[in-house]
Amino acid sequence: MLKTYNNKAWLLVLPVVLCVAFSAIIPLMTVVNYSVQDILGPDQKVFVGTEWFQLVMRDPELHAALGRQVLFSAAVLAIQIPLGILLALALPATGWRSSLSLVLLAMPLLIPQNVVGTIWQIYGRGDIGLAGAALTKLGVNYNYTGNSMDAWLTVLVMDIWHWTPLIALLAFAGLRAIPEAYYQAARIDGASRFAVFRFIQLPKLRGVLLIGLLLRFMDSFMIYTEPFVLTGGGPGNATTFLSQYLTQKAVGQFDLGPAAAFSLIYFLIILLACFVFYSLLQNAGPAEKAPH
Amino acid sequence: MAKIELAGLGHRYPGNDTYSLQPQTMVWEDGGAYALLGPSGCGKTTLLNIISGLLVPSEGRVLFDGRDVTSLPTERRNIAQVFQFPIIYDTMTVFDNLAFPLRNRKLAEPEVRSRVQEIAEILDLSADLKRRASGLSAEDKQRISLGRGLVRKDVAAVLFDEPLTVIDPHVKWLLRRQLKRIHHQLKLSLIYVTHDQIEALTFADRVVVMYQGQVVQMGTPQDLFETPAHTFVGHFIGSPGMNLLPCELNGSSIRIAEQSFAIDAALATRLAQVGKPLTLGVRPEFIQCAPGGEKAGLSAKVVRLEDLGTSKLLTVHLGGHQMKVKLGEHAQINADHVQLALQPARTMFYADDQRVA
Amino acid sequence: MKKRYFGLILYLVFAILPIYWMVNMSLKTNEEITGALTLWPRHLTFDNFRTILTDPAWYGGYINSLIYVLINTVLSVAVALPASYAFSRYEFLGDKHLFFWLLTNRMSPPAVFLLPFFQLYSSINLFDTHIAVALAHMLFNVPLAVWILEGFMAGIPREIDETAYIDGYSFPRFFVRIFIPLIGAGIGVTAFFCFMFSWVELLLARTLTSVNAKPIVAIMTRTVSAAGMDWGVLAAAGVLTIVPGALVIYFVRNYIAKGFAMGRV
Repeated sequence: MLKTYNNKAWLLVLPVVLCVAFSAIIPLMTVVNYSVQDILGPDQKVFVGTEWFQLVMRDPELHAALGRQVLFSAAVLAIQIPLGILLALALPATGWRSSLSLVLLAMPLLIPQNVVGTIWQIYGRGDIGLAGAALTKLGVNYNYTGNSMDAWLTVLVMDIWHWTPLIALLAFAGLRAIPEAYYQAARIDGASRFAVFRFIQLPKLRGVLLIGLLLRFMDSFMIYTEPFVLTGGGPGNATTFLSQYLTQKAVGQFDLGPAAAFSLIYFLIILLACFVFYSLLQNAGPAEKAPH
Repeated sequence: MAKIELAGLGHRYPGNDTYSLQPQTMVWEDGGAYALLGPSGCGKTTLLNIISGLLVPSEGRVLFDGRDVTSLPTERRNIAQVFQFPIIYDTMTVFDNLAFPLRNRKLAEPEVRSRVQEIAEILDLSADLKRRASGLSAEDKQRISLGRGLVRKDVAAVLFDEPLTVIDPHVKWLLRRQLKRIHHQLKLSLIYVTHDQIEALTFADRVVVMYQGQVVQMGTPQDLFETPAHTFVGHFIGSPGMNLLPCELNGSSIRIAEQSFAIDAALATRLAQVGKPLTLGVRPEFIQCAPGGEKAGLSAKVVRLEDLGTSKLLTVHLGGHQMKVKLGEHAQINADHVQLALQPARTMFYADDQRVA
Repeated sequence: MKKRYFGLILYLVFAILPIYWMVNMSLKTNEEITGALTLWPRHLTFDNFRTILTDPAWYGGYINSLIYVLINTVLSVAVALPASYAFSRYEFLGDKHLFFWLLTNRMSPPAVFLLPFFQLYSSINLFDTHIAVALAHMLFNVPLAVWILEGFMAGIPREIDETAYIDGYSFPRFFVRIFIPLIGAGIGVTAFFCFMFSWVELLLARTLTSVNAKPIVAIMTRTVSAAGMDWGVLAAAGVLTIVPGALVIYFVRNYIAKGFAMGRV
């Protein structure tokens, strides 16, 4: 479908541009402003150039937070995408079973982030939580507020619980969009169940999965509220991811300069990663639509 | 290659009282090119899916060369099917697409290669074997779909479910000709589903017309045109369709809208035995027309004369009934009334939609 | 068949148990909660809910949240509609760059914007208002809305536009009378997502409010740290935050898959 070239389209885009510019460009300018200045007091600012950037780049705590963050996002993607696909394949296609499963599955998606934290905070406690108590009873020495590994795993399981349904729903919708004739052709060709998945379902899901990957990468890389409520970043720094660390710096210690420099670097990392994903998405091209 | 028999075959979808496919028995000869013709929702696709094994019929049996395959799954029936829109495996090359059914059946790789090359040759796909299938045009993709069916040596029949819907008109002819060539070359049984009569009549040796879940006639294109066995066939085939007029038998003459004409005695006896309301059917091509005044046939009022280029189409009123008459390119009608003469051999009689004479 | 459902049911249990546990807890007294572990409430009580629904400091939070979420949803969809039409129908100077720039805003971590937002809204006297939170949430909801709607609109044949213009429709009349009804499902899906992302967000909502527009999610986190843990009330507050989401899901349950499928898939 060829689009017509018309610069009047800018008029239609204008409201969006104004509104997003107001909430994005002005604050971003403020951040840039802070990142190159040292604010000594009201009306007392010194231009410091790249000093804050150098400071931040050398900050070992930041390196540690970045390492934890990358590990966390990688684990999230490696578990949630395959699990989401499996769930979508297992979901009944139609009928009340399908509706019920979808509703149950979608529930965690609409729970406020801090309530997600609260739910798991309660759920994992050894004294009043079902999971915590059950693990303790099984003889596992589990304590997410004291043990770093336990805390880390709890945050990961919580995120899986919270977001795998998004991948499942996306993949489910993608599967439903595959015309029945593809499955019929595969049966005639004598394809095995795995071949059907590998050569029909997976290629047709490519588009939705890339969207899911993009969303999950961005959101897991920005995760803040859930671990904040659950563990407060601890024990120690075990679950302090980038957003936690940034908030600590900006709001807790009020180190505006380094925090701003850090913000910009953080933003650029996400931008770069998303640009890569986005290019992939564009190259995937529009999925072929069957006439129906 | 096989002879396909349908024995008392009928189908009702679960929870549905009416038949989607009326129980019926018929034989499809080995090596024939059949077209399954009918309007949307007449049961064509249901019948096709039963033959290919995608659907298990609620009653009756399907036999391939006398072997009962009714409960056999699709992959063991040796059926190839080409669907309405191209079904290809996007991520594979053309070669891998064609090799897919063979590899699924664990054929040795050298054999796979030679089979694929052979079929690619027949389908003019040899040059594209290394290309990604997703980049090809719709007609090439349909060729691949067809090729995946043909590549198997043991194919009993190739089924086509309106395969040319998404193809450009000028390529349609090419592809259809290629299909006929392949049919002769490989001596395959072909079943071709379509709702387009031209497609059916030009492609098939035998056309099977379906209407409301029932096969109403199976015959050569000529049979369907000259002696429709059912009023639906008369009406559906031909452009415009057959003229159908309610009539009465009156001794040895036929009475239509206050006018009569004589018929021969043998026919009159036959019609007298029917004992049901009769309908006369005659194709617009088989009516002769003379200016009014000459008392030779049925007198009809002229409504309009349209020029169709190579012929002219006359619309007349006979009593309260409208009729169409096809005339020669240079025919002129200047009167308000014309005399219509029906050729006895080309005039059909129907009762309850079935042909009785 | 059975094996396939076994895994699914196992996962659904995993999905529901934590929620059940919170519901279970909200119906217990604090004594029962901190006492022995009970799988269902032995002393069923609605006191926790009563506390929340009779105390304006609590239920006011729900009203505040609903207000800014609804403002945000309406505004996001309203500005995204013409923009996504432009992206789906026209090529114009810088369109690709603009689209990517919009998407980058969905990608920016809210933590980055905390302080600037605080200063920005304070300086224009919008701090602690519903509109401030709604505007802040538009930062990530508008790009998403444009993205989803553009997908739906691309599925509507352009011939429909052209026919309408030939029939003498002006653009606004065509857009409102013909086009918008055609993408009703798409608008529904978009609104669903805007509602969802605004409802679940805490960081910005908490930073931009103090008293008058304080959202329920912020009230919850602050009450937690008060002296002594009132688990029952906390759980009840949590349960009540799930209710709007559960209602939304219930109403769109049959359209979720269809909507996704028609849209960006």
